[in-house]
Amino acid sequence: MLEIGLSHYLTVAAILFTLGIFGIFLNRKNVIIILMSVELMLLAVNINLVAFSTHLQDLVGQVFAMFVLTVAAGEAAIGLAILVVYFRNRGTIAVEDINLMKG
Amino acid sequence: MIVASLAFYLFAAMTVASGVMVISARNPVHSVLFLILAFFNSAGLFVLMGAEFLAMILVIVYVGAVAVLFLFVVMMLDINFVELREGFLQYLPIGGIIGLILLVELIMVIGAWAFAPEAAGVAAAPTPPIESVTNTEALGALIYTRYIYLFQGAGLILLIAMIGAIVLTLRQREGVRRQDISRQNTRPRSASVEIKKVQPGQGI
Repeated sequence: MLEIGLSHYLTVAAILFTLGIFGIFLNRKNVIIILMSVELMLLAVNINLVAFSTHLQDLVGQVFAMFVLTVAAGEAAIGLAILVVYFRNRGTIAVEDINLMKG
Repeated sequence: MIVASLAFYLFAAMTVASGVMVISARNPVHSVLFLILAFFNSAGLFVLMGAEFLAMILVIVYVGAVAVLFLFVVMMLDINFVELREGFLQYLPIGGIIGLILLVELIMVIGAWAFAPEAAGVAAAPTPPIESVTNTEALGALIYTRYIYLFQGAGLILLIAMIGAIVLTLRQREGVRRQDISRQNTRPRSASVEIKKVQPGQGI
């Protein structure tokens, strides 16, 4: 129990990933919380990558985690920019109101 | 050893608890603050694993940039968050079922995996011994040589994200007076000064 191995970290990452999925379902109307849930899931993926990287003594996992971090930052910036523009045009960010493309 | 184990349990418990608060907090500002706490604690987990550089990057990039961006957007937009929370309990059962199934699957995977015996020998970039080369140095030696194109690609992605965000949110408002220096400089003399002959004792 006191010996921390790979599976401990994998369990934490699995719980975090599940929390992210759960958050998307729970906050179906609020885009901001959905974006935060996506960030949580990416964090879980990063924990997995780093755990395997340090356990197998292979640095490539950490390089890859860095790229995931980069893409997550870009995704957050673009997503929030789209959100701000959408709010300016429609005055709301409720997900069920985003239906202009349905015609 | 015991200290490291206790630190792991502390960081892991705090990360998971903050994750729960992120998705269940009533106020989105609190959600963002708990997201920051989750990132801090997972940075602690990274340090425990021995990936110090990524831990610091996580704090700098996520806490310093992404979370503050979220905070700005949450506070800038005038949104009725109470309205957005309607139906919160309506999605609880289906979300709970799907989350539970996923969690059980993941735990089952974690409980049943095993490394192939040759897995330790096929590392693409074996970590040098920590006594001679630090984690940051080893990562730098890797990303600036073998992964230089991917590294540059990551930089391009950030550049494109930056340009995209600026182009999306920049707007020209009507009725705002701005200084236009080229217009000021090209203004002819006739448009700005008019010479009047004033007769003595008459005024204009």
